[in-house]
Amino acid sequence: MSLFQRQASASVLYDTPGPRARARYRLFGALGAIGIAGLLWYVVSTLADNGQFDADLWDPFQYTFVQQMIVDGLLATLKAFGLAAAFSLTLGALLAAGQLSDHKPLRWTCTAIVQFFRAMPLLILIVALYYAFFAKDPMWALVLGLTLYNGAVQAEIIRSGVNAVPRGQGEAAYALGMRKTQVMSAILVPQAVRSMLPSMIGQLVVTLKDTSLGYIITYNELLFMGKKIASQPLNAAGFPYIPVVLVIAPIYILLCLLLTALARWIEARGRRGANRRTSAAA
Amino acid sequence: MGFLFEQDNFALFRDGFLQTIELSALSALLALLLGTLLAAFRVSPVPVLRAFGTTWVTLFRNTPLTLLFFAVTFGLPPLGVHFSHLVFAVLALGGYTASFVCEVIRSGINTVPLGQAEAARSLGMNFFQTLTLVVLPQATRTVLAPMSSVFIALPRNSAIAGAFSVGELYSAQQTFSERGYSIFSIFFWVACAYLLISATVASFFRFLESRLAVAR
Repeated sequence: MSLFQRQASASVLYDTPGPRARARYRLFGALGAIGIAGLLWYVVSTLADNGQFDADLWDPFQYTFVQQMIVDGLLATLKAFGLAAAFSLTLGALLAAGQLSDHKPLRWTCTAIVQFFRAMPLLILIVALYYAFFAKDPMWALVLGLTLYNGAVQAEIIRSGVNAVPRGQGEAAYALGMRKTQVMSAILVPQAVRSMLPSMIGQLVVTLKDTSLGYIITYNELLFMGKKIASQPLNAAGFPYIPVVLVIAPIYILLCLLLTALARWIEARGRRGANRRTSAAA
Repeated sequence: MGFLFEQDNFALFRDGFLQTIELSALSALLALLLGTLLAAFRVSPVPVLRAFGTTWVTLFRNTPLTLLFFAVTFGLPPLGVHFSHLVFAVLALGGYTASFVCEVIRSGINTVPLGQAEAARSLGMNFFQTLTLVVLPQATRTVLAPMSSVFIALPRNSAIAGAFSVGELYSAQQTFSERGYSIFSIFFWVACAYLLISATVASFFRFLESRLAVAR
């Protein structure tokens, strides 16, 4: 290794450790491991002492109808997520187009809509929609609420993406005689989408997590099904709230991690090959 | 719109508003403390602590907040943990937000150029001096903008606590709609209250940003 090369592990906070520092890190590592193991042991033993790992309490998950409920809940969650994702991306594109418009009234209206829905608590919005229009069909209250909120956020992401495309790109296109629509659709938006795709998918992860608000307006999504399973004990073991949480939380986490992995993959793919040249331009 | 000033409606609304602020402030405090601790774990040179921080952040960032409230409200009492609903809500909301705070702080520290710390060390500064005089002041400035969006989101997220028996603005909205007032006028007032809270938080962070701004 050359004398002037930085080590791969170089950190802004620490020098490369010498023998004494390494020994100290090992000591801290051992102490930390003991502390964390103690914490885990405490959690597991508390759960076990209170009978949360008793076979009777986990028994419900062996019934087919309970498994079917979980699958149904998962499908309902995915349905609401799919609809909300499609609608919010569409609404986001429309609002972003409005915000980037040359017509002042349209621009101001769209900006006001975006700012308002971004500042509103999603739950308040969904519940208001539920009581006002969709008392019979909570799914559409959930989907519409998610669409309005996430559409506003997606609009901001798209707008900032378009504004982040180097100025010369748009100017060059205008100089070639393209019209505004052409400049947008052929030059700015394709570049903006490429750079903004990770943030847009990140917002889709938020959308997926927020479908669990359907629980509050009694939409049959995963968490609501979990509550249903937990609140009707099938035997004398009691209410299986903790087992239900331990079953449902990993499902949500796995779904979110899958979406995040997709975002990472797209990001890595975008950095490869021909795109490397464009990122340095202008 | 005028229903707010009839009977005892205003008192209910005011109590909900104050409860929302109390819940948000306590959760923000917990999130800041826990988030800083987790960020320290995540940038530490000790692999075990780094792994712990990473696991915590991965778990809490990918769990829906509603599920966390559900787990805390229904999962802790069977274990013999009995707090008020407010404390449960603070635990869920604070633990959730802490993971976001941790990520913001960590990425802020990572944006400080390596040369800054190297220069500080070659001037003979020790770890503590490097951290407090060179790295943190620069990290603070880059952290403020993302931190403000985390703390603007916090009062909005606190609405979910209303569905888990905390008497804040959301539950005030529920009570009003049970009393039969028009949902639109209720929504108007609740929306105003939340807009007020987020505007206050946003202007606080803008004030901090202008105070800390330096010519670079």
